[in-house]
Amino acid sequence: MSVLVYTENWDGKFKKLSYELVSYAKSVAGMAGGDVTALSIGTVDQDELSTLGTYGASLVLSADGTPSGLDNQVYTGIIAAAMEKCGAKVLVMAHNNTGKALAPRLSVRLKAGLAAGVTAVPESSGPLVVSKKVFSGKAFGKVEILTEKAILTLSQNSFEINETGGSVTVESFDSGVDVVAAGTTIKDVQKQEGKLLLTDADVVISGGRGMKSGDNWAPIEELATVLKGATACSRPVSDEGWRPHEEHTGQTGKIIAPNLYMAFGISGAIQHLAGVSSSKCIVAVNTDKDAPIFESADYGIVGDALKVLPELISEIKAAKAQ
Amino acid sequence: MRILVCISNVPDTTTKVKFSTDHATFDDSGVQWIINPWDELALTRAMELKEDASNPLSNVTVVTVGPATVEPTLRKALAIGADDAIRVDAVSADAHYVAAQLAAVAGSGDFGMILCGIESSDYNGSAVGGMISEIMGIPSVSAVSGLKFEGEEVLLTRDIDGGKEEVSVPAPFVGVVQKGIAKEPRIAAMRGIMMARKKPLQVVPAVDAESFTGYQAFAMPEPKAPCKMVDADNVKELVNLLQNEAKVL
Ligand SMILES: Cc1cc2nc3c(=O)[nH]c(=O)nc-3n(C[C@H](O)[C@H](O)[C@H](O)COP(=O)(O)OP(=O)(O)OC[C@H]3O[C@@H](n4cnc5c(N)ncnc54)[C@H](O)[C@@H]3O)c2cc1C
Ligand SMILES: Nc1ncnc2c1ncn2[C@@H]1O[C@H](COP(=O)(O)O)[C@@H](O)[C@H]1O
Repeated sequence: MSVLVYTENWDGKFKKLSYELVSYAKSVAGMAGGDVTALSIGTVDQDELSTLGTYGASLVLSADGTPSGLDNQVYTGIIAAAMEKCGAKVLVMAHNNTGKALAPRLSVRLKAGLAAGVTAVPESSGPLVVSKKVFSGKAFGKVEILTEKAILTLSQNSFEINETGGSVTVESFDSGVDVVAAGTTIKDVQKQEGKLLLTDADVVISGGRGMKSGDNWAPIEELATVLKGATACSRPVSDEGWRPHEEHTGQTGKIIAPNLYMAFGISGAIQHLAGVSSSKCIVAVNTDKDAPIFESADYGIVGDALKVLPELISEIKAAKAQ
Repeated sequence: MRILVCISNVPDTTTKVKFSTDHATFDDSGVQWIINPWDELALTRAMELKEDASNPLSNVTVVTVGPATVEPTLRKALAIGADDAIRVDAVSADAHYVAAQLAAVAGSGDFGMILCGIESSDYNGSAVGGMISEIMGIPSVSAVSGLKFEGEEVLLTRDIDGGKEEVSVPAPFVGVVQKGIAKEPRIAAMRGIMMARKKPLQVVPAVDAESFTGYQAFAMPEPKAPCKMVDADNVKELVNLLQNEAKVL
């Protein structure tokens, strides 16, 4: 099964996400002995493009000279052209803002069934059957693709990066798509500079209404800094304006899957858990021993978050110093 | 301009999920149905825009694809303030089938803006909005967290991975919205509920369309091991467990 994987770069650099996607594509292709072609749109230098080979791409198509601003119709055209060029049966993309914008359009354009937010390789390749989360993580559903081609969008942080190695060819790719005909015009861009993105973080330190006030966030931020992680919060916290909206996790906020998620003063409402339940390890600190968060946590402390946090920071610093 | 808001009818987000004994279908006995949270926010924003007389907006229509049993959810949308409603009489088979129905409705009216949610909270398809735009061959903007008019021009704020962008888009287009588009969903008042009974709800037949996917079976996640409790006076032990047992520090 030959696979095309759409990789994303930020200012010419690939992030962990793209390597995760290529590793996943390699596993999918391996099910029926096929190759992986990676597509990159925008200006990325040759060395950076070749790194995709380490994770299993044998060919990299570089659609350079394409404006980096996302116009859904233009990008759909380029990716569809790349599918045609490499004759792939499966397209792999990220289940992030870009993937959610493009995959449905490509599904129609390519007549390819879409399974969105998959977390594992397909169970079978003919017919293609793949498992995905449904009901915001409360259950799994087995999706059968009824069309000849398929599109799989991978949930972030759900697949191990594998360095399978191998030689790679990098080719410049002219899709022939008229980029000037874009329907949308980007008028302004505000980038969040320097900050670790919540969805990229391996460690996330999160606070809920139990933190009592936005003024109490210093230890949450400090713990995140000590563990090189990002900060998050429950929805009421961002609704109150204690924390920015970008930090709210849950069904209506960001969906994350870090290695470690620490919840301070969060009750564990089902809508909150929908955004964090895929974390590999969950730690909860809550004054209420019956708080539902303890049903989903791996480790828990019944206690006052404002007291536990400073102790935890000093203990972790001490442990790290050893 | 007329706005079309696509409404997905979903189980209340606190529903305990159960499946039929053969695991082939969702067991909806005892389920409370609601407007999909993002669609509710999209409708709220559409109402806010319409109420500001300086905006070139004349009408807000809501549409859903589903059998007669979904009509209470459509009535709820009318009670929140939509002017009229359309129900495509069909059982939603998969995202492509549903998108084809909605594209047919959108194409038959003079809608400048078609709003969808980023995903349905039941099957989390994240597909229908983008598919409608591609079927119709019109622009789409996804992850929309802000929507306003500047004269006749529509300006959207969208989230990108690592920031925000302001985007201008010509009508007609599809906006796929997420949180932030409206602050709080609007709740229907008594007067709205009374008025909703008299508002037009049109039922249209389905068009022929293909399904691209199907669900074979469902499963519940593996039950997890119980939480290990650590004494609040022994934070050091937690650090030890995280370091040596969970190996996450
Ligand atoms: C459609 C819908 C969508 C939603 N989407 C989301 C979403 O995406 N994300 C989200 O988070 N919520 C969401 N919610 C809201 C959700 O239902 C909960 O209301 C919310 O998650 C609760 O936030 P919380 O845990 O911070 O606050 P609370 O539920 O008020 O919990 C506070 C907790 O702090 C504990 N506490 C108090 N003092 C202390 C202390 N000193 N130390 C330690 N613990 C303390 C309390 O025991 C309690 O358990 C949604 C709701 C709906 C209806
Ligand atoms: N049966 C339906 N009727 C009307 N709109 C729908 C239906 N299913 C999905 N939608 C719209 O498409 C969005 C995304 O849904 P989905 O692709 O199912 O996750 C929803 O938020 C709705 O706006």
